[in-house]
Amino acid sequence: MCSLALFPPPLPSGQTTLCESNNELLSGASTEDRLKQESSPLSLHFPRESLKLHSRTESSSKAAFLDHSETLWMRSAAAWRDGGFTGLLNEITNSHTEVPKWLSMSSGCILALLRWVSSFHGSLFPHLTLSSEDMIAEFSQVLNWSDCVVRAFAWHPHTDKFAVALLDDSIKIYNPKSATTPTLKHRLQRSVAAVQWKPLCASALAVACQNCLLVWHVDPCSLSTRPSSGCAQVLSHPGHSPVTSIAWSPSGSLLLSASPMDSTMMVWDVAAESCVPLQRVGGGGVSFLSWSPDGSHVLASTPSALFRVWETRMWTCERWPCVKGRCQSGCWSPDGSRLLFTVQGEMVIYALTFTDAPGQLSHSGPQAAAVVADLSETTFSTPDGDIVVGGEIQSLVWDPRGERLAVLLKGDPQAADRPAIIAVFKTRANPIFELLPCGFVQGEAGAEPRLMQFHPNFQHGALLTVCWSNGRITHVPFYFVSAGVPHFGLSGSPLLPHPQQRPADFVNQSQHHHL
Amino acid sequence: HQVICWRAVASIAWAVLLLPPITLVFVIISKFSFLHPIQTISECLYLLTSASGIFSFILLCGVILIVGFLHLEYYTVIPTIACSKIALLGQLLHPRHFINSLVHCFMGVIVAWCCAVTMGLRYETLGYPCTESDGHPQMCLNEYHLILLLAGAFVGFSHSLLGVIYNMNYVSFHTVQQYKYLRFKRCLPLVVKCSATQALYSVRNYIVMYLFLGKCPFFMNKMLVAQPIHLLTALNNFFQIDYSVHPLDSIAGLLDLSLLYHLWSSATFLLLTWNITLLLFRIFVTEVYSFPVQSSFTEDSHQCLPKVLTEKQPMILKFLALQDLALLSQHSPSRRCEVFSLSQPGGHPHNWNAISKECLSLLTDLTQRLVAYHDTVATNGRAKSLSSGKDLMSPRPVFLMKTPASVFARSVAGTPQSPLTSLFTPDLDSPFASPALRRLTAPVDQCSPWYGTVQSPHIMRRAPKLWSTSTGEVEFQKSNISFSTHRSSNIQVLSNEVLPEASSQALFADSQAHIWALEGLSYLVQASFSEDQFGVVQTTLPSILSCMLVLQEAVDRHFKLPHASSKPVRSTSSMGDSTYKTLRFALRATLKTAIYRITTTFGDHLNAVQISAEHRKRLQQFLEYKE
Repeated sequence: MCSLALFPPPLPSGQTTLCESNNELLSGASTEDRLKQESSPLSLHFPRESLKLHSRTESSSKAAFLDHSETLWMRSAAAWRDGGFTGLLNEITNSHTEVPKWLSMSSGCILALLRWVSSFHGSLFPHLTLSSEDMIAEFSQVLNWSDCVVRAFAWHPHTDKFAVALLDDSIKIYNPKSATTPTLKHRLQRSVAAVQWKPLCASALAVACQNCLLVWHVDPCSLSTRPSSGCAQVLSHPGHSPVTSIAWSPSGSLLLSASPMDSTMMVWDVAAESCVPLQRVGGGGVSFLSWSPDGSHVLASTPSALFRVWETRMWTCERWPCVKGRCQSGCWSPDGSRLLFTVQGEMVIYALTFTDAPGQLSHSGPQAAAVVADLSETTFSTPDGDIVVGGEIQSLVWDPRGERLAVLLKGDPQAADRPAIIAVFKTRANPIFELLPCGFVQGEAGAEPRLMQFHPNFQHGALLTVCWSNGRITHVPFYFVSAGVPHFGLSGSPLLPHPQQRPADFVNQSQHHHL
Repeated sequence: HQVICWRAVASIAWAVLLLPPITLVFVIISKFSFLHPIQTISECLYLLTSASGIFSFILLCGVILIVGFLHLEYYTVIPTIACSKIALLGQLLHPRHFINSLVHCFMGVIVAWCCAVTMGLRYETLGYPCTESDGHPQMCLNEYHLILLLAGAFVGFSHSLLGVIYNMNYVSFHTVQQYKYLRFKRCLPLVVKCSATQALYSVRNYIVMYLFLGKCPFFMNKMLVAQPIHLLTALNNFFQIDYSVHPLDSIAGLLDLSLLYHLWSSATFLLLTWNITLLLFRIFVTEVYSFPVQSSFTEDSHQCLPKVLTEKQPMILKFLALQDLALLSQHSPSRRCEVFSLSQPGGHPHNWNAISKECLSLLTDLTQRLVAYHDTVATNGRAKSLSSGKDLMSPRPVFLMKTPASVFARSVAGTPQSPLTSLFTPDLDSPFASPALRRLTAPVDQCSPWYGTVQSPHIMRRAPKLWSTSTGEVEFQKSNISFSTHRSSNIQVLSNEVLPEASSQALFADSQAHIWALEGLSYLVQASFSEDQFGVVQTTLPSILSCMLVLQEAVDRHFKLPHASSKPVRSTSSMGDSTYKTLRFALRATLKTAIYRITTTFGDHLNAVQISAEHRKRLQQFLEYKE
């Protein structure tokens, strides 16, 4: 079992991680390398000041208008439309001067009863009492989501373009081969929790928003920088909000969405805009979804100490109760046979192995999860003083070849010597599955990693994209020769532009290493 | 074929098995009173063990059986889409549907009688003893019983009419496979909700109708007096109407809450049992069936996948085979291996050849249909187009569909115009008066089965009733006016009211088959990259690619037409399956994904495939992810 004590110590402040080559992480002083990085078209910087934020939410615009008295009927109808049944009851209770006494009394009683029931329900599942912004922040894979400039990030699965969702609820699409940078804005696009490109498609981008799910169709050949909101399909289902997690099936046919408020998981047929709700009792919602790369299984974690693994042929599921907390994050090996996950409140990474064919999952699947890495707090002494690394895990990502595993550790925002940091493991499947230490990925001084993702088809190894708290997006390549058989079917992607933007000696070194 | 029959029988059996709990719930609901809960229970128990209770239950089982067999008889996997209101009317009056409606009507009466027996009290019998003013004891007509029976007939009839309008007999296949029990559990609340709301609307319409036509039983009574036939007079004497009680055809009489509640609950019960039968039928029939890819015995060879795929009838088997093909190509390596295998003596890839040929012919068929349609629309409304269009369409095999004529009618009468203006200025300045157009619409109308019956009073009676249930009062008046004014302009006005985008829906009505063919082909080609040992797929790869690219072009062109890309309104609260409305979007997405699946798998190797330069250019777009 691997632990953090085996890792090389973190870099002193002022140094940033540049890449992995010859089996070690190389670093550089930040100033000179920043210039290099800035010259790359894919390294971006979004200063917080540059974003125009909403000064107030839409609902508060009520105060800007004069008070206008309507008849009771009109107000009741409006309350029914805006707030549903409880809104109507509230309205009747509040306007007790106009309605008969028995009506206001009885509606008040019903309202109190409803509140009592919902508070009882909320005491079973405490997360239901959170506001929707807080809920997204709680269950998002992004560290400290509400304060994050880059709220979501997604590489296109086949080409070198990516989508970035920003704090001002806009989404920008960057493509190194095209000069235009489309900006997507939509009335319903608020509090974006996740974005994902549709596989086997050039244009479709799914966006998880506060109240609905948007699927944008951004024509890659179009020169328009502001696609109209007519390019977006709106998928919504009553009670299914806020959407915190989405997952496309690897074959591109179905889209899954999940909300911590809703115990059903929606399987969308996007073209038909129809959905099949998959409901299981227990858990109080679904907070995180991850579809295995081979398409056979889906991990669905709930806000309580329970997660499920669905098999996708007949959509049956296995329950996995956890001892301590909810399943915070998880990722699948490229062949879909192994699931790594972390549990809130524990500092270890668990592994589950699915060996048999899909369809017989429930009979002879694994019996218990094995601990594969221990990330409990470890003190490293650096020139700048002692640094404590370790603790709870925010998210896990595995590169598409199954060779590098990046772990985002939460750290402690209050304590200066416990920064959030990315620890990268090498993974080896044969002869036994194990994690080996690789190193820490660090950015500029004062910048915390918030969000990370591997490039889906990097030719020379793995490419980790990290979004930092200061609004910067950087890419850290890991050069290695894949140990397993070369992958079929990924040859469609042209060569990346990155190798040219790196210091040339690294390329030479890595090629040397190949030979 | 036997499989389908067994599945239908199983679904009916389950529906019958589910009948007792539903009946029990209905009995409790109809008898429940807050004040005497214990009395309620004892009454229920007494009723369930009584002879009449058991007899009516047996009757209900019989009704379920008949409904189930009607579903088996009338179901379709390709919906019939009416492109205009007149085509819809034609469908409604088609003898086949008319018989269906009558049977439903009759069964509605039976179910209503069972409900009346169950509810007891004032509903129980048709007659009751009363004394006339002169003190002579007699039997009187129990209007409460009558109103319930008529309600049953009305609800049954409107159910079958709505079934035609909303394509309730259309059986759709699901993209998400689930076990039958889970699927049923998921749909059950929806069905209950649908039945309750539909019952509410039916009862409302029924009440309104009864308010106006409620005198009819009295008139009948009066008329019977005039008849010389003894039996009828006897009947008449038997059921004297007690005029002293509150007459039910007045507003006050109909505003009896308990009566309304009982009407609604029995209508809900009726619709619920029927809808559950329908739901079970759909779930059982669309279940995945695994066909063997090849058989070692020659007598079983007609059950093998390549054989079943190529057969034309019955349609459902072809659909099941295509569904199985799409699933096996995705999920089962061993069966894919059989598809790629060579025949033992001879070494021919018969399986692959048969499968790919059938899939390609399906896709080519759709391409041709799209091109023909596009040509017709492009030359919008000229006489030449229709004839050439008809020529193109006529040789097409029976595989499709009853609506091509109406598709073209839509393209002819595509000019949007408010029906009311054309009503009052019927002939001279309306664009429909052009002789070319007359000539165009005439053959279409003559083809339709109800031609010649328009002027019969039959329609005059039915049409307003039907439309008032569906679209309300305006339609009611409009149709009255239109029927009373120009007869000749009637047809034009009606056929002008084209249901939006219906022609596009009709073109893609059977696209589920194409979607599966695309998925099956693309997954098989993808798998062939690593699994095809003999290279059987390589020989057909150029034709597959060019077929898909041509179809892609035709689909793209079709979506540039107005109406084609507008989304239909989603209706969730109806038992009718509206999947067919969005099939064209699903087809477009699947087609793109299928091409991408092949290009992503083969990558630059595709440059070695022999295809035309134009297609290569198109393919390059896909290779660069620019589509």
